[in-house]
Amino acid sequence: MKDEVQTREDRVANLKGMGCSRKRVEDARFTQGKGNYVDDVKLPGMLHGDFVRSPYGHARIKSIDTSAALALDGVVAVLTAEDLAPLNLHWMPTLAGDKQMVLADGKVLFQGQEVAFVVARDRYVAADAVELVEVDYEDLPVIVNPHESLQSDVVLREDLAGQTSGAHGPRKHHNHIFTWEVGDKEGTEQVMENADVVVEQSMYYHRTHPCPLETCGSVASMDKVNGKLTVYGTFQAPHVVRTVASLLSGIEEHNIRVISPDIGGGFGNKVGVYPGYVCSIVASIVTGKPVKWVEDRMENLMSTAFARDYHMTGKISATKDGKITGLDCHVIADHGAFDACADPTKFPAGFMNICTGSYDIPVAHLAVDGVYTNKAPGGVSYRCSFRVTEAVYLIERMIEVLAIELNMDAAELRRINFIKKEQFPYTSALGWEYDSGDYHTAWDKALEAVDYKGLRAEQAERVAAFKRGETRSLMGIGLTFFTEIVGAGPVKNCDILGMGMFDSCEIRIHPTGSAIARLGTISQGQGHATTFAQILASEIGLPADSITIEEGDTDTAPYGLGTYGSRSTPVAGAATAMAGRKIRAKAQMIAAYLLEVHDDDVEFDVDRFVVKGAPERFKTMKDIAYAAYNQAIPGIEPGLEAVSYYDPPNMTYPFGAYICVMDIDVDTGVPDIRKFYALDDCGTRINPMIIEGQIHGGLTEALAVSLGQEIAYDDMGNVKTGTLMDFFLPTAWEVPNYETDHTVTPSPHHPIGAKGVGESPHVGGVPCFSNAVQDAFRPFGNRHTNMPHDHWRIWKTANDLGLHG
Amino acid sequence: MIPAPFDYHRPDSLEGVMSLIREHGDEARVMAGGHSLIPMMKLRMAEVPHLIDLQAIDSLRGIRIDGDKITLGAMVTQHELIDHAELATKAPILREAALQIADPQVRYMGTVGGNVANGDPGNDMPGLMQCLDAQFTLHGPEGTRTVAARDFYEAAYMTARTDEEVLTEVTFAATGGGYAYEKQKRKIGDYATAAAAVLISKSGGQVSAASVAMTNLSDVPVFSQGAADALVGTDCGDAAVDAAVAAALAEIDPTEDNRGPVAFKRHVAGIIIARTIRGAFNRA
Amino acid sequence: MSNKMHIQLNVNGEAHEFLAEPRELLIYALRERLNITGPHVGCDTSHCGACTVTLDGKSVKACTMFVAQANGAEITTIEGIGSPDALHVLQESFREHHGLQCGFCTPGMITRAVKLLEENPTPTEEEVRFGMAGNICRCTGYQNIVKSILAAANEMNAQPSSSEAVGHNKVEAAE
Repeated sequence: MKDEVQTREDRVANLKGMGCSRKRVEDARFTQGKGNYVDDVKLPGMLHGDFVRSPYGHARIKSIDTSAALALDGVVAVLTAEDLAPLNLHWMPTLAGDKQMVLADGKVLFQGQEVAFVVARDRYVAADAVELVEVDYEDLPVIVNPHESLQSDVVLREDLAGQTSGAHGPRKHHNHIFTWEVGDKEGTEQVMENADVVVEQSMYYHRTHPCPLETCGSVASMDKVNGKLTVYGTFQAPHVVRTVASLLSGIEEHNIRVISPDIGGGFGNKVGVYPGYVCSIVASIVTGKPVKWVEDRMENLMSTAFARDYHMTGKISATKDGKITGLDCHVIADHGAFDACADPTKFPAGFMNICTGSYDIPVAHLAVDGVYTNKAPGGVSYRCSFRVTEAVYLIERMIEVLAIELNMDAAELRRINFIKKEQFPYTSALGWEYDSGDYHTAWDKALEAVDYKGLRAEQAERVAAFKRGETRSLMGIGLTFFTEIVGAGPVKNCDILGMGMFDSCEIRIHPTGSAIARLGTISQGQGHATTFAQILASEIGLPADSITIEEGDTDTAPYGLGTYGSRSTPVAGAATAMAGRKIRAKAQMIAAYLLEVHDDDVEFDVDRFVVKGAPERFKTMKDIAYAAYNQAIPGIEPGLEAVSYYDPPNMTYPFGAYICVMDIDVDTGVPDIRKFYALDDCGTRINPMIIEGQIHGGLTEALAVSLGQEIAYDDMGNVKTGTLMDFFLPTAWEVPNYETDHTVTPSPHHPIGAKGVGESPHVGGVPCFSNAVQDAFRPFGNRHTNMPHDHWRIWKTANDLGLHG
Repeated sequence: MIPAPFDYHRPDSLEGVMSLIREHGDEARVMAGGHSLIPMMKLRMAEVPHLIDLQAIDSLRGIRIDGDKITLGAMVTQHELIDHAELATKAPILREAALQIADPQVRYMGTVGGNVANGDPGNDMPGLMQCLDAQFTLHGPEGTRTVAARDFYEAAYMTARTDEEVLTEVTFAATGGGYAYEKQKRKIGDYATAAAAVLISKSGGQVSAASVAMTNLSDVPVFSQGAADALVGTDCGDAAVDAAVAAALAEIDPTEDNRGPVAFKRHVAGIIIARTIRGAFNRA
Repeated sequence: MSNKMHIQLNVNGEAHEFLAEPRELLIYALRERLNITGPHVGCDTSHCGACTVTLDGKSVKACTMFVAQANGAEITTIEGIGSPDALHVLQESFREHHGLQCGFCTPGMITRAVKLLEENPTPTEEEVRFGMAGNICRCTGYQNIVKSILAAANEMNAQPSSSEAVGHNKVEAAE
């Protein structure tokens, strides 16, 4: 047989399993323009929906006159809150236990809020009709600052008037949402009182937006004959959308089919449920025709899913030789007009309590106050696990500030405070059990790779030259060591709207030895069709090229909680491996039967079961698949299928060491990234090519957030950054080449040891770029300046430090 | 983003344009590449019931170089400016500036005429044309007239061109000596935080002639005779550059926007102007 | 309501005629009338380049062009660049070097890159970055896109084909 001349290495290579840089199977369609995104969906008789939106940040709606719009030829319907109220759909529950207006009910609370939904023959008529809807507004005082909001007499959420308690406990003020507190408050205070050194720093992590290149949209189609509702949409969690749609509409879940087709990037933007989705569904039910809604870029930036907007204060204490003794953090969290943050139910501030970072901090305390303002709702995790970016930014800035206070090298300060390898599994002061880590090894590797000592010497020379008037350029060395917490999560503490955050995989092996596997997740560019097939190939011994991966159709895929928070590999990846192992277990019995030996006398070897001690006697998985369907085997039912629902025992904790070198033009505020080194440890590496791609992309999003990308409001509540002219998305010209590196510390509890990687570069990248900017000014007395470090803010830092003479 | 309906016209001669303007008056608007107008129409911030597309008018095309005289048809694109070998020798500052406008796709469509006639303070060509002391030819119902670039701009989006006129070409003399166009912007595709165009001729190590103009630092492009005067007759040393910068800054009036507040812009303007002057001098 | 116009477009070698309002944007005419859905709408304001097509030899953003303006034009979209049996070198190269992730920018990106390499068959990395600056990608960080284009250029130059144009339009970066 041909098989026999193959070496074991050949057989491993043929599988294209875990660890190899398999080329992506998705690419054939994308490179030929044959992707199928929501806006590509075209159904017979399809109508187009478009929103009338509020130009005001806060206003009472005195009247809405839709008559002129309805009179326009081609307009089929104009929905307002009044039309939705009888269906009880004018408000909807949010993921955070609050409720949100689907269409403005009596008032508007942020600029861009949905006021009326026009349904028309085509997008042109719809747009014309939007202009014809007359809304009479009476403007109300606008509050865009959460600190002011907590002092203000103005009641933003009149619907909550008198409610002194919300989904997450007591409310202290009519614009207050919740207080979330973790850790040992008294213990931390005590440590601070007795500490050698205590340093406090406030910082604002500005509001930004995930801004995937494809905006949000949906096509809803109510088939009144069969009673079936089909919804295509940009959903990062299609199964959750089906459940929510069922709960809201009263349509039984089996009669709803939700399809996430190809998704043009998500980064958190497509986790939430938006009024547009609801309105397209209602409009389809009302009109009996398919209705498409796709937001434009301005609508996207103004109304769906902001991220961050955390006003943070950190207080850190240490011994005089730099051993950290305690951390106290307080956050004023601006949640906008409705609390629609996408976090697990029990975590209204996400996993902000990972803010002790990579450091062995004996005692800590965190309190987060959520506040309403006249800004868009959202609060998604933009390319990070729930609020982890904020947490890592806080601790990595606090470390820098402490280093300044102690007059220590910040790399050394990190080193002496790292959790040690032998301390894992490590329980942090704020309650997380870090599964694994080897921080010292990673840090030393990183520092050596960039010649850290040499860089510091160069920087010192530069400062001297600057002081001598020989240069106007400063050099910053940005350091970051981050620990992520991803893979939500254990059902015991993580759910969304009551739905436990497990995930799933269902495998069918076909008789000829190929397979299809379906998962509860949905790729938005991460390459699931490629990498999950690799996991399976290694687990079941069939080539990845013979395995189709499908996601996103709730009629066919097993229930799962979707893709965000880097949970696909940690949770669905684990489910895939576990389902694969079930296949293998059955295959072992079949192989033993075929080989006429006891089950225990065969063992798995790459792509086959061999008789122990007699490697020439074997059955390949292909042989076994055929037999599974076509041979009567006593005691074994036909077929070869498996399903696994995986509830992870813990999160995973990827980590990394990043170093950025930046030159800064003091006079113009223009930064120039000279070098960026990124070492990531995501445990077992499934596809190095894809990992690298994820890191390049995450770092670039971090660069954007750190150096200019923001959703800014003026005092009137107007969005100042509503187009890509002002909302900073870097082009190829502004982005450097990155150097990537890795260590491998497998997760001890994950079936294949993988931890997830897509978000690490963003989480670690933002503080690294920011620290580089701030480090450049450290020799001149800078302690902290807020992001985004755009030209003028960098210039201002220099100016405030007196560097402009 | 969908614009309001309009009627579209594509005349193949200037006379055709004139008769459409006569017929539709205020309701008509000419369009070159459309990259300023179309976004405004899509946002429904500009209503144009009759859109007159100039693309079919051959007489508005082409770069003509006649000895030292350079004529750019209004419909010459930034891409054509960049791609024109002789122009790169005769007036290299055009290529240098055009490369800093928008992005490759937009430069295929964006035209000289649209860029200078629109009156958008963010456009780069107006300041450049003032630096070159270009003349704009306007064709209107009364015939043809010429207006100097330095006299053309009145306020943001307000120029010496009347609604009935079409800017047909831009002429200027070939440049000798040194040149530079420097622009600080936040990213590709952005307008300038501050930009400057400078031409310098040198004789015996000294500045014999200079021209300094600026972009997006006022509601109109700013030509600074004072800055030029401060340079002429000097060796372009620090004192002369400082004097020129001071003269230039005296004439700007930047406004706060997302790029930053006025103090920042004034400071950066000073830096950019100085660098542009030194860059031009070093090439002279 | 404005009058509809008779529009003729030649797209990917195929002639199309239809009536359309002049205000119809070229991108929607392609996507919705002709079912050519490779080019996408990303930003609506000519910043992102997801809608890039080649029109009469120019790379243009089809979101910022009325169908009336394009009347009579020759247009090439990603669908006209290669076929499943004969992919363009750039299509192969983007796959080989992981120059795409979600795929939404990819049609515009490759369409632009084809034109870039036509005009400058031997670009430097800097020239690729500058020449691709009208196309935004949110996923890749560009590093592998640049790699894909440089590799494709190498491969195309190594092929003994009819490529006559030799770098007449090399563009040095302008900053």
